[in-house]
Amino acid sequence: MTVDEYQSFALHSIQRLVIKRSLVCLRASLLLLSLLCLPAWSVIEVDRLSSPELSARYQQLVAEYRCPKCQNQNLAESNSPISIDLRTEIRRLLEEGVSDAQISDYLVARYGEFVLYRPRVQASTYLLWLTPAVLLLLGLLVVVFIVRRQKRAACTAQAALSGAEQAALQALLSDVDNQQNKSKNSNKAEVE
Amino acid sequence: MGRIKLFIPLIIFVVLAAILYWGLGRDPNAMPSALISRPVPTFQLPALEQLESTEDDNLMVAEQAEILDESLFLGQVSLLNVWATWCVSCRVEHPYLMDIAETGVRIIGLNYKDEVGAAQQWLAKYGDPYAHTISDTTGGMGLDLGVFGAPETYLVDHLGVIHYKHVGVVDDRVWRTTLQPKYQQLRDALGEQKNDS
Repeated sequence: MTVDEYQSFALHSIQRLVIKRSLVCLRASLLLLSLLCLPAWSVIEVDRLSSPELSARYQQLVAEYRCPKCQNQNLAESNSPISIDLRTEIRRLLEEGVSDAQISDYLVARYGEFVLYRPRVQASTYLLWLTPAVLLLLGLLVVVFIVRRQKRAACTAQAALSGAEQAALQALLSDVDNQQNKSKNSNKAEVE
Repeated sequence: MGRIKLFIPLIIFVVLAAILYWGLGRDPNAMPSALISRPVPTFQLPALEQLESTEDDNLMVAEQAEILDESLFLGQVSLLNVWATWCVSCRVEHPYLMDIAETGVRIIGLNYKDEVGAAQQWLAKYGDPYAHTISDTTGGMGLDLGVFGAPETYLVDHLGVIHYKHVGVVDDRVWRTTLQPKYQQLRDALGEQKNDS
């Protein structure tokens, strides 16, 4: 290897090393960056409630009411101005010592049953509440019906074997027995 | 019996298809107001035109600002229009409100969560279709009314009872097909009552 050749070889390997290292650096920094990006669900507004009990009730309440504006979000998730107003209102009512039922009445009086994610059990919602139970019962009935019919079919099939059929069955079974005995005997003979 | 059983899946399909087809034509965002056939909630708020906006945009109530309350609606059929300068759709419906106000429809404005100065400038610039404008800077009355965005338009009868709520822009189509027939009905009913007495 001449000096020139050696130099170019060395240069080449250094270049490769540098590229490799920078790739590693890039990967590491990307990883670091991705770690720095905190999840976006961090708390936006601090609930300034006087006691942890109220705070817990507040958290539970805002999750149970639906935002009237963005209709597939609850009050806790939504950032629409009306949700912010309603959250503020709920905090105010909580601080005044209003009960959960009264807060529910307050919201329903203004925005209708629509805001309840957990509809009340009443004449207009019986269908909603009872349908799953009725469907489950119906399904059970169908299963019971099918199972009983299959059982009955099996029973009648057994009972249907009579007279000539029974005799034929017996003949077949004794045939099998005879053959087995025969083969056993022949086996014995071979052993002897 | 066996024959009928064969048709059960078909029957289920037809019923489901009918229900789903009916659902397709419905507006999923439609939300009737909880205040239909109930009186306009009580309120005591200043009239927008009598407020003075100060430089720091605080404490804008003038000395003798007229305080409006729910008696505003008594005696006449009116529309209650919720608007704000930050609401783009309100700008869209504004010229149409000017048009219907010109035909003699009484419109009460509810300036909802707005800056007084900006709202006054808006009315000066684009015209004022409102017989009165209630200034609800905090949104308290809006909350009592069940407002969840602007524009919203309520139809209120001469006793101050809410009959209908329209969410969104009032344009020619909305006015002709839904609001005007109801408005006219209330006007006619009021006219008959006055003739009787």
